This record gives sequence, C-alpha cells and structure tokens, in this order.
Amino acid sequence: MSAETLTPVARRQGATMRAARSLFASRETAIVLVILVIIAVATTMNQSFLFSAQGWRDLLLTPSILMVVAIGSAVVIITRNVDLSVGSTLAITAYMSGRLFIDLPGIPIFVVVLLGILVGAGLGLINGALVAFGKVPALVVTLGTMYIYRGAVLTWAGSDRINASDMPREFLGLGTMQIASIPLLTIVAVMVLIIAGYWLSSTRSGREMYAIGSDPEAAKLYGLPTTKRVIFAFILGGALAGLAGVMYAARYGTVSASAGLGWEFQAIGAAVIGGVAIFGGSGSVWGAAFGAILLMTINRVLPIVGIPDFWQRAVVGALIIGAIVLDRYLSVRRHRKLQEARDKA
Amino acid sequence: MTAATRAETGASTGAPERRRGDGRTYAAYHRPWWFRTFISAEFLIIALLVVVWIIATTSVDNFSGPLTVRYLLMDIAPLMMIALPMTLVIITGQIDLSVASTMGLSTVVVGILHVQVGLSIPVAGLLAILVGVLCGVFNGFLVAYVKLPSLAVTIGTLALYRGIAVGLLGTTALTDFDQEWSDLATSSIGESRIPAIMIPVVILIVIFAVLLHFTPFGRGLYDIGHNDQAARFSGVNVARSQMTTFILTGAVSAAAGIFYTLRFGNSRGDNATGLELEVIAAVLLGGVLIFGGRGAIHGVLAGALLIGVLSSALRLEGVTVNVINIIIGLLLVISVLAPTLVAGVQRLTSRRGGSGPGPERSSPASAPPEPSDPATQQEPTQHDSAPNQSTHQESARADSASKPTVTP
Repeated sequence: MSAETLTPVARRQGATMRAARSLFASRETAIVLVILVIIAVATTMNQSFLFSAQGWRDLLLTPSILMVVAIGSAVVIITRNVDLSVGSTLAITAYMSGRLFIDLPGIPIFVVVLLGILVGAGLGLINGALVAFGKVPALVVTLGTMYIYRGAVLTWAGSDRINASDMPREFLGLGTMQIASIPLLTIVAVMVLIIAGYWLSSTRSGREMYAIGSDPEAAKLYGLPTTKRVIFAFILGGALAGLAGVMYAARYGTVSASAGLGWEFQAIGAAVIGGVAIFGGSGSVWGAAFGAILLMTINRVLPIVGIPDFWQRAVVGALIIGAIVLDRYLSVRRHRKLQEARDKA
Repeated sequence: MTAATRAETGASTGAPERRRGDGRTYAAYHRPWWFRTFISAEFLIIALLVVVWIIATTSVDNFSGPLTVRYLLMDIAPLMMIALPMTLVIITGQIDLSVASTMGLSTVVVGILHVQVGLSIPVAGLLAILVGVLCGVFNGFLVAYVKLPSLAVTIGTLALYRGIAVGLLGTTALTDFDQEWSDLATSSIGESRIPAIMIPVVILIVIFAVLLHFTPFGRGLYDIGHNDQAARFSGVNVARSQMTTFILTGAVSAAAGIFYTLRFGNSRGDNATGLELEVIAAVLLGGVLIFGGRGAIHGVLAGALLIGVLSSALRLEGVTVNVINIIIGLLLVISVLAPTLVAGVQRLTSRRGGSGPGPERSSPASAPPEPSDPATQQEPTQHDSAPNQSTHQESARADSASKPTVTP
C-alpha cells in the first residue's frame, strides 16, 4: 500500500489526506472493519455476545493466545521463511509448565513463564540454525522438527494429562484475571504486539527483516547480517510460541500432549489473512494479530448465526484463499499503476 | 537479445538425449557409469532401505514373514499411491499440502453416497474420484493460472477440504459398508499373502514412472523445476503441466481415500489427518529436491518403503508411535540437509572451488570465479580459434564459454 503514495496523484494530496488514504487502503483497517461487522451481526442475533461480562471476556480472551503465536509466525514469514513447528513448541511448553508445578512444588510463577519462553526460544534456535546454516527451505526443516517436537512431548506426556488441580491457584488465576474488565492474557498479547510492531516498523534490525524477506540475495550483497537475522526471527517465533504455551496452560487448566495440534496452520492462516505475503517482505504483525482475532471470532460466531461449528475449518480455508487471491489482485493492479506512472514520466 | 540467446543456448544444451530426464547435472555424465549409478541419492536410499530391512529381519522375530509384509504393504499403500503424483508436483518446484484433506473428503463422499444415498461402491467411488479431480483443478487453477504460491494455496485448501469433510459429517462416523467390497479391499492375490491393493498400486507406479521418465511431459516437469521461464521458451506448456500434476494428485488422493475407507470400514471427516506430512517426508527422503528439478520414482518408492519398514519394525519391537515420529522427523531433516553437507565436504576436500552439486551449480553466479582457474581460462581462446571443437566439450562449460562470444 505504501507504493501507492508514490503515484503522482497521491503526491499532490496533503499529508493528512495521504495518511487517511493509507489508513483506509490498508489491509489492517479492512480486517478490523470485517471484525466489527461480524461482532455487530452476532450481537444483534444474541445480545449477550457483547453485552455480558462473559461474552465481553471471551471476545477478548479467546484470540489472545493465537495472537501471540501469529505475531511470531508473521515475523518468520516476513523473512521469507515459515515455521510449522510452533504448534508442537506450544504443546511442549504448555505441558512443561504443568509438569514444573507438579515436580517442583512452590516454584515461582515468573520462573515458569521465563522457562517457557526460554525453552521455546531454544527450539526456535534449532529451527533457525538448521535453516540458516543448512541452506534448506524452512518448510521442510520445520516439517521435520514439527514431527520431532510433537513426538518428544507425546513421549514425555504419554496419555498423561495435566489437570487444573495440579497447578497452583495463583497461576490459573492469571488466566482468568482481569484488569479494568480486560483479561490479563489479552494485555500480555497486546503488549507483545506493540513491542513487536514497534520493533519491526521503526528499528533498523526490524526493517532489515523486510529487506531480507523481499530479496535475500540483495540483502546479503548489501551486507545485512542475513544469517543472524533469520536465526533471530526463528528464535522470536519459538519464544512467542513458548509464551503462548504457558498462557495456554494458565487459560485452560488442562493440558494434554495434543495441545496446539494444527495451530501452525491457524497461525500461518492468521498472518496470511492479515496481509503478510507468504513469500516474505511485506505485511505487519498488526495484520497478523487482527487475522488471529478474526479467525477466533468467526469460530465463536458461526454457531450463533446458525451454522454448525464443524464448518469453521472450511470458513478458515476459504478466508485464507480469499486473502491470497485479493493480495494477488492488488499487487497486479499496483504493478500496472506503477508501470503507467513510469511510462508517463 | 542477450536474454533470448541465452535462453536459446539453455534450450539446446538441455537436449533430451543428454538429460535423460532425471535431472542430473551435466558433470555427472562425465563420470564413470558405476559412479553415476551407485553414488546417487536414489541408490543411497535404496541401500539404506536394504540395510534397514536386513537389520529388521535379523533382530525382529518373523519380520520378513508373509503376515508382517502383508500388513506393511497395506499400511503404506495410500502413502505410496499419493507419493507418486506428489513427486511430480515437487519436481516442478511446487508443493501440495492438501492431499490428506482431499483423502478425508473422499472418504466422506464415499460414505455419504454409499451409506446414506445408497449408491453402489463403484459409482460412489467414481464420484469421489471426480471430487478429488475437482479439488486438484481448484489447486491447479490457483497455482498455474492465477500464479499464486502453491504453499499458501494448499495451506488454504488443506483447511478448506478438511473443513468441508468435517462439516458434511460432523462427528458422526458411517460404518455400514457393503461387506463384499470391504472384503475385496483387504483380500489377497490368489493363494499368496500379498494384498490385492498392490495390483492397482503397481499399475500406478508403472504409469507414473513411464509418465515421468519416458515422456515429453515428464521431461517438461524437470525443465519447469529447473527454470520455468526457460521451460516456457523451450516450448513447455508450463501452466498446463502444473495443472495436470495437481489434478493427478487430487485424483490419486481420492482413490487412496476410497481404499482407506473400505479397508477400515469407516467414513469419518478426520480420516487420514496428517498424512500429507508423511507423504512429503517419503518423497524428500527418496531424493527429490524440494527446489524442484531433481528426483526419480524409484527413489521415492524406496523412501516410502523405508518409512514403512522402519515404523513397522520399531512398532513390533515395542517402540511407541511417538518415538517413530521423532525418527521420521530426524530422517527428514537429515535427508534434506544431506546435499548441503555433501557440498560442504566436497568444498573442503576438492581444490577447485564451487564444484559441489546443488542448484547453485548451474546458476550464472558460479561462472565468474571460474576464469581464475587456469584450466577453464584457456577455454575461451580455444573456442575462438576452433569453434567446431566446442561440441566435444562438456555442455555446461560450453554454456559459460558462449558468453564471451556474445559480449564483444
């Protein structure tokens, strides 16, 4: 969308007009509008969807965990890679947090959170190192580690299940705690979003992620530390999946080894719907976060509108395909406009 | 002008009789025949398969007995079937993640049409294959004609097809299948213990091997995987070929879904979840390059068999499925890392830089360092004095040697 401001027409407009244009033309705005429409429709059909304590809480709480995972996935995708192992990473840290409370009674909660993030980061480091030094597509490497990590947690947990009674009440309290009627987990997710959003859009290392994603060869020739940045993207993706695992344990109370099954596809879907191009170099974590909110909200709205929630996955799939077709259409149109502008000049 | 001539030379050096359609690098043809045959990814995986099979036979009781082999073949039949068209897709440099979802949709379609509507199995099966073809058409249209990345498209259709399957049946499972057909799916060939499903599987293997290795269509797939632009210039209908590979994947996945349904006698929306990963693992394990342009059917069959033998042997030894999944994951990572590792070792051992295998080798970026090598530096002068001799030279060199004649 930023390319549109380059056209002569846009250049003549005032700064405020330009800001307004880019705001309304952006994918993020479009997604937010869609979310608002969906919430409005659901609320008219069932008042308690929005105007009840439970409905309001669920509206904010349900997407928060996927949001955190999707932010990490978006950063990885922006560098023209993909991480299929985030669902398995989430399962490992979710089960680990439960296990820590059982095996080490009285362990401080912040240590568990920290360990979750660290273990996630470590698993991400393995992915990143394999991708960056092995010079193989991230798709295959993370497909392999997805098997390995999932196998590891299944071996560790077996058919064992962590129950709410195994975890301290304060930890579970974090999952339900609210500050000024906003759930704590949502606040955590929004904080992660703000930090990641600021980092990607306004710092040197964040901007380099886009450079690497849009043309890895050029980025390398230019002298950007591509290897380091790609590894960092995977570490960040893993760490956020690890954090999401701890949040998952706190929110749901019960954790089995199959936690987060298929979340990698949900997270990639959220990023793609939110305007992160699958071949890297464009998009924002804001879009990915709104994509996650959209997916999870649709999930809850379908039964209210009268569609059995079995159809949720089909809707998600259709949304992903719609999003990438839209991206293709917009990029073809933008390309044509730029070409016209060049021919005129 | 220069781009056109380069494309032309690229087309002429890629002559079918030199390439044989298995996508080997040109240098490979100047090595002795035994080197070419035995030091290849396919042969290594076949050798690994033989070694694993021998170890399994000696250490697991009755592993090569007829009953174990029978279940082994029945277990990997769907995997083997889908791996064949998946090989074609990956050789063109694309991927299809939606195969297991297509399979799930196929079992639901067969179940609904047979149990709820009352059609006979052959009619229901044909309609299910038609649905599979439609799934493939949708994938192929978006990838080949709308030019969307196949990874994104098939992640979307992975959710979409599975979503339709789950949406149609919900959590109910249809189990009331015609006993006659269920028996046929699990029957054996004559008096032997070889499962009857092997007959269509072997027919499919032959069809796909011929299609890939002995037809212009198959050679075109390698060309697309190497460089789709160059393939287009040399007369390959890129979009139609890609469309065909996706349709084949959809159709074969649906056929595998029918076998799956009849073998287990149930039709559920979440049948065969996650099988796409095993299929991709088998294909890549079999020496197919994920970037496209390289691979062969016999390697893929060995890859699929290796996964089957390993998991069957380990399961008989009492190893849990989870550990088996870890081992498959490790195998997958190692197999994709292998070319990089080999290239690294070769770079360390050989005196001449940049002679490692891999996709970088054929790229023009590797050409500039070559003139520093005294052997190659002579080539352009030789080429200028006696142009006719260049036909005797290695075709890859001829490609780089043709550049000086263009620039002056």
